[in-house]
Amino acid sequence: MSTGPLNPNSWQYRQLNARSSGLGYLSNALIDLVESGHAVVVGTADLQYSNGLVRFAERYPERFIQFGISEQNMVSAAAGMATIGVTPFVATFASFLALLCCEQIRTDIAYSALPVRLIGHHSGIGLGFYGTSHHATEDLAIMRSIADLTVVAPADGPQLAAAIRASVTHSQPIYFRIGRGQDPLVYGNESAFEFGKAIVHAVGSDLTIIACGTMLHPAREAHRALSESGRSVGLIDMHTIKPLDREAVLTASRASRLILTVEEHSVIGGLGGAVAEVLAESERPARLIRHGIRDEYSLIAPPTHLYRHYRLDAEGIEAVAREALA
Amino acid sequence: MSPGSRKLDARIGVEASEPNETDIARINERAKYVRLETLRLIQIAKVGHYSSVFSCAEIFATLYYDAMRLRRGEPKWPARDRFLMGKGHAAVGLYPLLADWDFFSKDILDNYTRLGSPLGDHPDMRKVPGIDFSSGSIGHALSAGLGMVLGGRLTNLDFTVYVLLGDGEMHEGQVWEAALSAAHHKAQNLVAIVDRNGYQLDGKVDDIIGIEPLGDKWRAFGWEVHEVDGHNARELAFVLRQIRANRSQSAPVCVIAKTVKGHGVRYMESEPGWHLGYLTPDDEALAAAEISARGEIG
Repeated sequence: MSTGPLNPNSWQYRQLNARSSGLGYLSNALIDLVESGHAVVVGTADLQYSNGLVRFAERYPERFIQFGISEQNMVSAAAGMATIGVTPFVATFASFLALLCCEQIRTDIAYSALPVRLIGHHSGIGLGFYGTSHHATEDLAIMRSIADLTVVAPADGPQLAAAIRASVTHSQPIYFRIGRGQDPLVYGNESAFEFGKAIVHAVGSDLTIIACGTMLHPAREAHRALSESGRSVGLIDMHTIKPLDREAVLTASRASRLILTVEEHSVIGGLGGAVAEVLAESERPARLIRHGIRDEYSLIAPPTHLYRHYRLDAEGIEAVAREALA
Repeated sequence: MSPGSRKLDARIGVEASEPNETDIARINERAKYVRLETLRLIQIAKVGHYSSVFSCAEIFATLYYDAMRLRRGEPKWPARDRFLMGKGHAAVGLYPLLADWDFFSKDILDNYTRLGSPLGDHPDMRKVPGIDFSSGSIGHALSAGLGMVLGGRLTNLDFTVYVLLGDGEMHEGQVWEAALSAAHHKAQNLVAIVDRNGYQLDGKVDDIIGIEPLGDKWRAFGWEVHEVDGHNARELAFVLRQIRANRSQSAPVCVIAKTVKGHGVRYMESEPGWHLGYLTPDDEALAAAEISARGEIG
């Protein structure tokens, strides 16, 4: 689909040229897959500027399918495409993908064991003042309960690209939960990625922070501040929510007195829930504090204001950790 | 109506060969086999969708013994034509045909629905060779079929995708998402067949949520539409041949097959409550005798 030159005053132009747009990594990683000979096909549902996939569309128009605002149709069609031996990557807001298309994901993709890649972007409260309809604070819980579906929440663009590179040998369908593309970088371009294998940044005896996705960067900032004030703090990037790296959780539980999970998601059923399940079944587990959105609907505000309000920025996470340690 | 005089859609130009008497006899014989096997298998399960199969027995038989390009014993042949069912609850009538194509052993039919059987009320692609896509939740199949067409384009495989939809299924919004999308993407090798038997679980489709004028709806969505007698093997075979002969056209095709729920067994035809039912041994014997005795059902 040809889009023509964009007006520099347009929302589309600003979206694509935002200085910090991490979503460029998504298109570039998919372009790299095609160029290395993988039968990739990409679809979106009227969000090619929001997810930046217009860059892919311009490069490989024959491999790009615009489904319009028909997310369920897109997800079922992705299942159909996968039966022919191509690998579909379909992207839309996490709220629409995981909630609106839950049944299509379960029945058509996961149960049918088709290697579809689902990209849920602008997850959590990243859509700020767009409101509850656009927030996805339940997607990890929903996707995690679906058998044979891998669920990952990369921390930034480079890790997303690494996960996409690693996905070529991954036979299960995958739900990629990513942010709005403005997340500060945690990793460099050569970052390695292994599904189901947490990245241990630091080990500590007082507290271990286990974070995923967009929360990794502020969690790392909080970790630095706590360490500088003399606390022994661990930090784990639990990028794969399912299958969860149980060993990493149990090791942290043995090393630390406290575990703090941090996620841009409800504290029910997501990363905190998954870690709680492991700890509850272990002997003498460390005490767990789940930090995230409580069992409520998030307010309307610009995203950074929401992160501050819900104490999901670096200062907030640090404060939650200090209260737990007190 | 003789197919030769049938007014086909203006966009259709190439004339396909008309089915001959041998073709017709083969289709009708296989439709009878579908009905008799359906009676037999549902007696094993004790409950099932007799009449939903009976309305599409000729459609199954025409697809598998005239229209579709398949290879015996090779359910995964990449260039095969695909068949999906939105009305997955009619799968009991399809399984015998898949076994007849040697996609799996006929012995497997004998344990229909028993513990560990691959064959359930709804078709499962992970368990049943020859099932091209699982179904059960109504409304997904047309999207999945569209995906197969789109995937086929990228792999240069030339096949036709047939999707059988129930008329009650027209209530599902996703069907119309797929309809819009297929027309936009010029999915010319996508063929939807609507089994217009007029009934769903709670009663008459048109009493529950009316769907007429159905042909106009599909036309308005950009599809080429044909309306046929869904129990007339000659009409079905001819229209599907015409569609195949004219696949260079850019529009997807919808065949609205006018059918009778329970067709072939009079007491089911006159009593729509048979959507889901159980037959006593006497009922079964009566139904089997009637199906066996009737020649071409049309």
